Amino acid sequence: MDTILGRYKNLIVLAAILFAQIIALAMQVRRPTAEGETRLIRLWATAAVTPFEKAVVHSQKWVHDTWDGYIYLRHVDQENQQLRAEIDRMKLEQARLREDATMARRIQTLLAFKEQYIDSTVAAQVIGTSGSEQSRVLYIDKGSKDGIKPDMAVITPTGIVGKIVQVFPGSSQVLPINDQLSGVGAALKASRLQGILKGAANGTTTLQYIMSDEPVKLGEEVVTSGGDRIFPKGFPVGTVASVEPGKDLFLNIRVIPSARLDRLEEVLVVTKIQEKLPDAKDLGPIRASDILSERLPGVPVTQTVDAAGNAAGTASGAANPAQSNIPGGAATAKPGTATTRNPSNSGAAGTTRPTAAASPGASRPIPAPATKPANGSTNAAPKPNPGTGTVTGATTAKPVRKLPATLPPDTDQTPPAPPPKEGETPPQ
Amino acid sequence: MTTPAMPFRGSYTSREQVAVYEFKWLAVILIPLVVIFIQAFLPTKIRWLPIIDLPMMVVIFFAVARRNPISGCMTGAIIGLLQDTLGGPAHPIGMYGITDTIIGYMASSLGVKIDIENPGSRFLIIYGFFVIHQALYYGVGHGLLRQALQWSWSHVAISALANAVVGVFVFSLLDRFKQR
Repeated sequence: MDTILGRYKNLIVLAAILFAQIIALAMQVRRPTAEGETRLIRLWATAAVTPFEKAVVHSQKWVHDTWDGYIYLRHVDQENQQLRAEIDRMKLEQARLREDATMARRIQTLLAFKEQYIDSTVAAQVIGTSGSEQSRVLYIDKGSKDGIKPDMAVITPTGIVGKIVQVFPGSSQVLPINDQLSGVGAALKASRLQGILKGAANGTTTLQYIMSDEPVKLGEEVVTSGGDRIFPKGFPVGTVASVEPGKDLFLNIRVIPSARLDRLEEVLVVTKIQEKLPDAKDLGPIRASDILSERLPGVPVTQTVDAAGNAAGTASGAANPAQSNIPGGAATAKPGTATTRNPSNSGAAGTTRPTAAASPGASRPIPAPATKPANGSTNAAPKPNPGTGTVTGATTAKPVRKLPATLPPDTDQTPPAPPPKEGETPPQ
Repeated sequence: MTTPAMPFRGSYTSREQVAVYEFKWLAVILIPLVVIFIQAFLPTKIRWLPIIDLPMMVVIFFAVARRNPISGCMTGAIIGLLQDTLGGPAHPIGMYGITDTIIGYMASSLGVKIDIENPGSRFLIIYGFFVIHQALYYGVGHGLLRQALQWSWSHVAISALANAVVGVFVFSLLDRFKQR
């Protein structure tokens, strides 16, 4: 017996070590760690390695900052001037976007859409990786002491990076979107087609579950859909690099991530996302009829031509001049949109606000009808109110709210309001 | 301290005795830790570095230098498990442990039979062991854990070549810690 043990000692030891590891492996597969739970051995290993990684990264950053901030100041003045010019340009851009945001808020308020706001973030530095090709996890220098928790989103200004999977006291593990276990709710920005962005073992990312008959363009932007409840909606994910037919009637869409996942240095961990309705304080009161009008079924717009040959879009059956007489606004909107849904309320919700939403610039006064209302289709001509920018319709005579009477300099194609003709009774 | 090994029956080396090296305990502890640190840290700066498997090289180096299969098994298991702990959720602890244990055993068994002191033989042994290492990892991941791993011969061949080239330099660096 001793001879056999002595002769095969090496093999027995090898078998024993392998057996112990296979049993440990099987236990992990059978009993995976609960959410947020960390195996002790990982905790020890991370505690041993990350202090050195932190020390190296922070020393490197200190040297870099010192060099860039105090010694190497060449071209700084030139760069400063360029940045100032950029700020001026962006101020103009901001003024334009503010108008769009006001419009969007108004519509969202009407539809009771909840927006997701990033309330707070924590900046973190990437200090390490798994060091393996098969696992692409990253380590950052912020942990539970800094308020980091599992499933928090990790982003950069250019795009999303991944999510937190394990948290240690002084560091955290990030699962990037190109890891084979990763899955992100994503949508194509232009077509709004939604799918799941998944990583692969070779580090590529593909958008899955888009039907093969859907048109997908190369270079189209991919954004987060918000469906995974981790990433806020609308964050840049990447761009479509190739589209190929996949299996099971789905397309295989390869996406190049917007964030440079292989060269990450600093990231932001989203520690708090708040869901709230857009602030409608400045937008005036909302009435129940406004909300109701948005939810009632739509009435298609038909073109009516008067004797003079002027075309005017009116809701079939229901006479509402307000819809047909707002150029660039309700009359040009598609059927089924908020503009044409409910003729009875269109003076309130269907006319005033959607006009602002559909026309460029919310603060423009809504002009008078550009076309003459068709006979029989209206019982009263709309009455423009240039002072307030509201249009009062026949059935909804009360102005809903005041819109700012300012007119942006790029005001276009809106003719002045003609005076009411004789014989027509303006609505009161 | 040098421990001369008895001439091994079936040895393919031309030497009368195969030298068995030993290392200071500090080097035995620090070298794997430093290598694990480099393997985890440098890919943040050099993106292609994960194809280089430094811990595996250290396992092979210690195994062929000591020429003791039990020692090779233990070294492989410890370094492999350390490497496993830094992996993500797709990487259960034990995958590299099992792989490196087998590599350590095979390298030490081979080290008893052949002389692995010159760069040419080192190049070949690292190349060969890297391919075996990848195959074992694939076998453990695909066979035991049903993971969706991809096997690419071209990728493995190129990675093995890169590892062999780097490994020759790493081995010559680690030679300084040998004690005869």
